[in-house]
Formats: sequence, C-alpha cells, structure tokens
Amino acid sequence: MKILVCVKQVPDMESRFKLNAAGSWYSEQDLAWRMNEYDEFAVEQALQLREQLGDGEVVVLSIGPDRVKEAMKKALAMGADRGVHIQDDASFDKDPLQIASMIAAYAADQGFDLIFTGMQSQDRGSAQVGVLLAGLLGLPAVTTIVAFAYADGAVTVRRELEGGQKAVVKLTTPALLTCQLGLNTPRYPTLPNIMKAKKKEILALTVADLLKAAAVTKTVATVFPEKKGGGLVLEGDVGDLADKLLAILKEKTTVFK
Amino acid sequence: MKALLVAESRQGKLLGGSYETLAFARQQGAEAAMFLVGSNADLPQFDGRLYLADVAEAGEYNPEEHLRLLLDVVGRETPQMIVFCHSSYGWDLAPRLALALKAGQISEVVGSKDGGLLVPACNSKLRRVVAAVGATTVVTLQSGAFNPAGPPSGTPTVEKLAVQKASKVEFIGYEEAEKGGVDLGKAKVIVSAGRGIGKPENLALVEALAKALGGEYGASRPVVDAGWAEHNRQVGSTGQTVTPKLYIACGISGAVQHLAGMKKSEFIVAINTDRDAPISEVADVLLVADLKQFLPALTARLAG
Repeated sequence: MKILVCVKQVPDMESRFKLNAAGSWYSEQDLAWRMNEYDEFAVEQALQLREQLGDGEVVVLSIGPDRVKEAMKKALAMGADRGVHIQDDASFDKDPLQIASMIAAYAADQGFDLIFTGMQSQDRGSAQVGVLLAGLLGLPAVTTIVAFAYADGAVTVRRELEGGQKAVVKLTTPALLTCQLGLNTPRYPTLPNIMKAKKKEILALTVADLLKAAAVTKTVATVFPEKKGGGLVLEGDVGDLADKLLAILKEKTTVFK
Repeated sequence: MKALLVAESRQGKLLGGSYETLAFARQQGAEAAMFLVGSNADLPQFDGRLYLADVAEAGEYNPEEHLRLLLDVVGRETPQMIVFCHSSYGWDLAPRLALALKAGQISEVVGSKDGGLLVPACNSKLRRVVAAVGATTVVTLQSGAFNPAGPPSGTPTVEKLAVQKASKVEFIGYEEAEKGGVDLGKAKVIVSAGRGIGKPENLALVEALAKALGGEYGASRPVVDAGWAEHNRQVGSTGQTVTPKLYIACGISGAVQHLAGMKKSEFIVAINTDRDAPISEVADVLLVADLKQFLPALTARLAG
C-alpha cells in the first residue's frame, strides 16, 4: 500500500495578520507557522492504515518555500516515511487548479493506492485542491470524511453532512479522501521519533518541472473585513468586568426577569 | 448574465440553501435557471426553468451522476455563472464541475467588491477579492450570506432529465446524530465552551456558570471532537442551531460553522483573550479576559 498525504503549512490562526506590500495576501513577517489542522488528521489516518496493514509507505508532500519543510518534518516525526517538497516561493499566488496540477504531475506515475488531503486549508479555505487532484488523476474522491475503514481494497467512509447527519459510502482503491476535523486523534511526535525524522529523506522538486496549468482564478486584492459590530469591548480587572457584565445583562436582556 | 443555480435536496426534501442561490442571482442581476436532483413533491418555488432529475431514479448523492447531469444542462443553458451552496454537497460537486469545464471556482462567497467576489480567509480575519480568468465561473456561497428578501413564490417550468446510475462511489445509507439528553433549542441561556478553555477540567467552570444562569452549557466543534463534551451539546452547522435570549461564548474564536449556529441569539457575550477573534463580529459584548479567572468571578456573583 502506497499512500500520499498532502500537507500545507499555514500561519497560526490566532495571529494578528498584516497585509503584504502588494496587498495581495498576508505579510509573512512575525507569523508562527504550523501544519494545517485538517492535514494532521490526514497524516494520522495514513499512519493508522499503514499500521493496520503491517507494511506500506506513507509519503508526505508539501508545496511552498523552505519553511514548509517544518510542517513536513512534523509529519515525518509522526511516522511518515519520506517527504516530497515542491519548492515554490510564490505558492501563495497560485490558484487551486495550479496547486492540484503540480501535485498531479508528480503523483501521476507513482502508483499511489490512496491519497489523503485535508478537506480545506485554514488560510485559503477553498476546499478545492483535493477534489481537483482526484479529477486530474482520474480517481474517485470522497470529501469531508469523519470515519474511515479499509479491508481488501475496499474503503468505507462516513461523509459529514449538515446538522449531525452522515452519509456512509464505499469505494475501491485507488482513491482520494479529504479529511474533516475529528476523523481521528492525531498523535504527538515523540522525542525519539523527532530525532529519527531528521534522517528521513525529503526529495526536492522544482515548480518549473511540474507546473503546466494556467490559473483560472486570480486574487484582485486581500482586505480586512469591514467591522459590522458596534459591540462593546471591555477589559481590565475580572471582578470589575463581572460587575459590569451583570449590569449590562440586567439592562439589555430578560434573563433575570 | 445567465446563471445556473444548483439547488439541493436530501431524502427528497428541498434544502433551504437553494433559495440563497436565488437571492445571490438577484443581487448579481442574473437571469436564473435551476438544477435539482430531487423530488417532484418538493420543488423550489420560483418563476423560471427548472432542470429536474428525479431522486427516486437517481438515488442519493452520487458525484459522477450529478456531474454528468450538470454538464448536460450547462451545455443547454450556456450560463456564465454556476452557483452552488458552500455545503457538503456544493464543495464536493463544484470543483468536479469546474475542472470538467476548465472554469475557475470561487469558494464560499460572502459578497462582491471591485469587480470580484469576496471570500473569507484565515478564519474570517481577512477577505480576498477573487475574479475568474475565463468566461465561465463556478461559485459556492457561504451559508447565510445571501438571504432571500421574502418568502419564496412562483412556479417553475420543469424540464425532466434522464438518469443513468453508473458510479465508482457507492452510497450505503445515512446515519443520524444521536438525539436525546439535552435540547439546547429550548434553553433560554446557553454558555458554550470553545478550544480556549484549554483543558477538559475547565468545562466545569462553563457548566457552573450555565447552571447559575438557569441555562445549559454548549460546546464548539473542537471541544466535541476532543471528546470533552457530547455531540448533542454541539452548536454550529454540523450540530444544533440555537437562538437563546443569552449566548455566552467562552474561548470560542468564531469559525463560520459555529457562527451559523448561534448568531441569531438575542444577546451575545464573548469572552476571549484574542480581541480580533471573528466572534467579536457578532458579539454585543466582548470581554478580553482569562476564562479561568473570569468565569468563577461571575458565577460567584450570581450565587451571592
């Protein structure tokens, strides 16, 4: 079983974002980076499957500047076997089709039985790359999975729908699955595994060799949302805050009546 | 401009988001036709052409068949824009259609600006203005971003579509969320815990405040996923939608899926250390405070 997991490195979402000089995306200055949260579930599911089967290989792929190797190293420390880094300092400027087409160009002749991706990234959130990648490779795809089981080439998954409902669907490998939060419990890398991961191979590929698709969408600008709320912001001593809040609730709500 | 609106149904029932695509088309000044795999017994009410594949023949969602049917209708209608809801149906099907048409897709649209469409980024802390490069654009709409002006009305002209059923993905069945226990829909006060509570033990602080206010405690998705609270406590698009008199969000950043489930509450208080968290957009009062100190202080005053 050969498994590919696509991971993206994204900023910590609690960051105070600033715009870059061109006003096209966030500035990368002073950001803390981490693995896209959805992708952690993708990595974990791939590892659990390899453990279930007792053999197989888990390859983790990421696109971006050198810093994205940190996210890959986390996946390697969790237990992935090797990495593939598509070096691209301008990956933020590519659209989902271009990203998917670069991955497809690499994966086309690699014979992956299963591909796991996050259902979306936390920064761009298009929820397109996984489905496009499957389409480009001619694979069936199921999105937003919250449960996964594999037996004898058949994959049974639960797709998350709205309002707590799930759809159970079945398909055969090769296939692509996009992972929703809560699919499993991603493991923490242990110290010995972090040390081992340093020795694992990360293959470097260049954009020029892989990118054949032209963009089908373009970012006109990135802006801050217009503040709608005239909400009151309070800070200070917790005792004072509690008194103030109670006064507000007595005046503005009927909960004490 | 011509738009093809992709309506949604599940188990023969038309889903409400379908009318949001109509509201969007009106706002864009587009002439609209609709596509639905659904039941003749529950058709969208509007005056226009409706391409209908009977769900009794097509079965529940089957991506390849829905794509095939849509491509047929796109060929007949030649729309400049094809509009989906950004739902489990829309985000699954839209990229398949975009790829087949070599069209650009703009996901989770919340508005328009400067000749492009506005979409959220970075947990709604930023917005991108995105435009398609080619002649055809596929869009998905954020749930609740485009509200119909009034109740739906009209009668569509139905064109039936012939169904085939080949698929690589086999639909087995549905699973419903476990019901029972608490009914958050009836609570007058809900105090909800988010990831910001830090550890499961702190849920007790949230629960104590809920009790002191005569309400129930709820939770955001990450808290339920972590197993700290039951799914029947989950507020949001994949949990329950609630409208209490008072909603207190404790350490909840305010992901769009959570906001969809609580933003119509009568009065919203948010307690968060990040004053820029998107929950501040819907909060009547934002308290920038540490929950571990603030919640006991408030609960003590209610008890005393």
